[in-house]
Amino acid sequence: MIGLTAAQAAAAIKSGDLDAAEYFDFYRRRAADDALNAYTWVAEQTPELDPDSAFAGVPIAIKDLFCTEGVPSQAGSKILEGYRPPYTATSVRRLKEAGGTLLGKTNQDEFAMGSSTENSAYGPTLNPWDTTRVPGGSSGGSAASVAAATAPWSIGTDTGGSIRQPAALTGIVGLKPTYGAISRYGMIAFASSLDQAGTFTRDVTDAALLLSAMVGPDPCDSTSIGLPEPIKPPTARDLKGIRLGVPEELSGEGIEPGVLEAFHETLELARRLGATVETTHLPHSPHGLAAYYLIAPAECSSNLARYDGVRFGFRAKDAKGGLLGMYTATREQGFGPEVKRRIMLGTYALSSGYYDAYYGRAQKVRTLIAQDFATAWEKFDFIVTPTAPSVAFELGAKTADPLAMYVNDVCTVPMSLAGIPGISIPNGLSEGLPVGFQLAGPAFSENCLLDAAFALEQAIGFDGSGAYA
Amino acid sequence: MLSRDQVLHVARLARLELTDEEVERFGGELSKVLDHIELIGELGDLSDVPPTSHVIDVENALRADEPRPSLPRETALQSAPDTGDDGFRVPSPGATA
Repeated sequence: MIGLTAAQAAAAIKSGDLDAAEYFDFYRRRAADDALNAYTWVAEQTPELDPDSAFAGVPIAIKDLFCTEGVPSQAGSKILEGYRPPYTATSVRRLKEAGGTLLGKTNQDEFAMGSSTENSAYGPTLNPWDTTRVPGGSSGGSAASVAAATAPWSIGTDTGGSIRQPAALTGIVGLKPTYGAISRYGMIAFASSLDQAGTFTRDVTDAALLLSAMVGPDPCDSTSIGLPEPIKPPTARDLKGIRLGVPEELSGEGIEPGVLEAFHETLELARRLGATVETTHLPHSPHGLAAYYLIAPAECSSNLARYDGVRFGFRAKDAKGGLLGMYTATREQGFGPEVKRRIMLGTYALSSGYYDAYYGRAQKVRTLIAQDFATAWEKFDFIVTPTAPSVAFELGAKTADPLAMYVNDVCTVPMSLAGIPGISIPNGLSEGLPVGFQLAGPAFSENCLLDAAFALEQAIGFDGSGAYA
Repeated sequence: MLSRDQVLHVARLARLELTDEEVERFGGELSKVLDHIELIGELGDLSDVPPTSHVIDVENALRADEPRPSLPRETALQSAPDTGDDGFRVPSPGATA
């Protein structure tokens, strides 16, 4: 059972070769016995399964920040300790309607703020390739669960790289679709103009299948628009006629030698598959990180104002100073250090006298970055980069220096700012640890992107069983 | 470098009650992050560049204005840390102790 991808398992259940309940229970036990702290909650029993549905009852692990009715949804934060929402996120509801079942909720950096899953109030998640190392983040639990085969597949969210980077660091496929493809309703918000749900899977075929059930407009999210055409299973065998652009700014300085080596090997494979590969420029991308670390904290400082100890979650006991004292004590005790840091940064960037120089300017840089991509699409079908500048780093290595942690997002943040889709596929090992290759395309190009990723995946032939066999 | 007073001012705006140790630490850390962020100053005059707040064009996303049931009161209250008289109970806004 463990060797099957989710798509293969669904097909086996439908043909009668595999029992849906047995398959669910196999993964339920693996998730319950997980030693990586990838889960914050695991299903206690086998739910109702429909073997004739699209997903045939195949279980899905869900990032903690997706609201799931009656099931803990704490976004990795103490301030939401014990919170069981009265409703389910649209994306999760759609997966259930497709016949998917809830296997468990996965650990994450608190409110998705982080690149290592060390900022969880429920302890760090470990990387299955080397348990002294981080799985990346913020969706580290979702990534580790798929890499360690304690889940067949999972979903997460990506604000500046929180799907693509952990997928790269754990040797699996991570897809962040176009902003607006999937409803954000019921996703506990971090930075609303950037937050986007997406998938973690063992291969590109599973990514297409999982995504296909999640997309679509939703009256509960006015920014959700879906995709212009249904997601198709990828079939491309080559890259004939495909033009790949390699932005110099995101593929040289600051990238580890082992990661670059794998990157160049994959470019060579792409050429052999018929693609043209050319160096190009995204001239404003070096400023992406700065713009991102103004816009995202600014939005977070506003979104997280709702945690006041009144309507849900944690409230500080015995706070002095009346209502205001209760607010400030609740927030002081309920939020972890990184969340406080970002709330402070965002509040500062939005405060009187600094707004124009920081937040206003960052929004203009965002325009310039989106224009860089628009220019690139005149010459290229896809932009390709290493997904992350390094392989998985050791636990604690970057927690003392926020900026060192933020630099993990350097190759993924520009796409988030531009709202375009990106996929990370595993393209080899460096020092025994997985490396990721990122392809990004124009908005709504998901089918083409999946096809290109599929062709490359077949040529690379990455074997991820090292993390669970 | 952010001064202690600036850190305390921002913490007040953000409704955070920081410990002395946090005031010290955040002052240093935020200053370092802001030093990096200042790099966007290198881009010079951007007065002709329009700001982007939403990156994918969406115009007037409207839905039919159809009434539907809202959450029952007891469901809305069940996650609250303190309730009473069918509402959320909070300390008195006027109380100081």
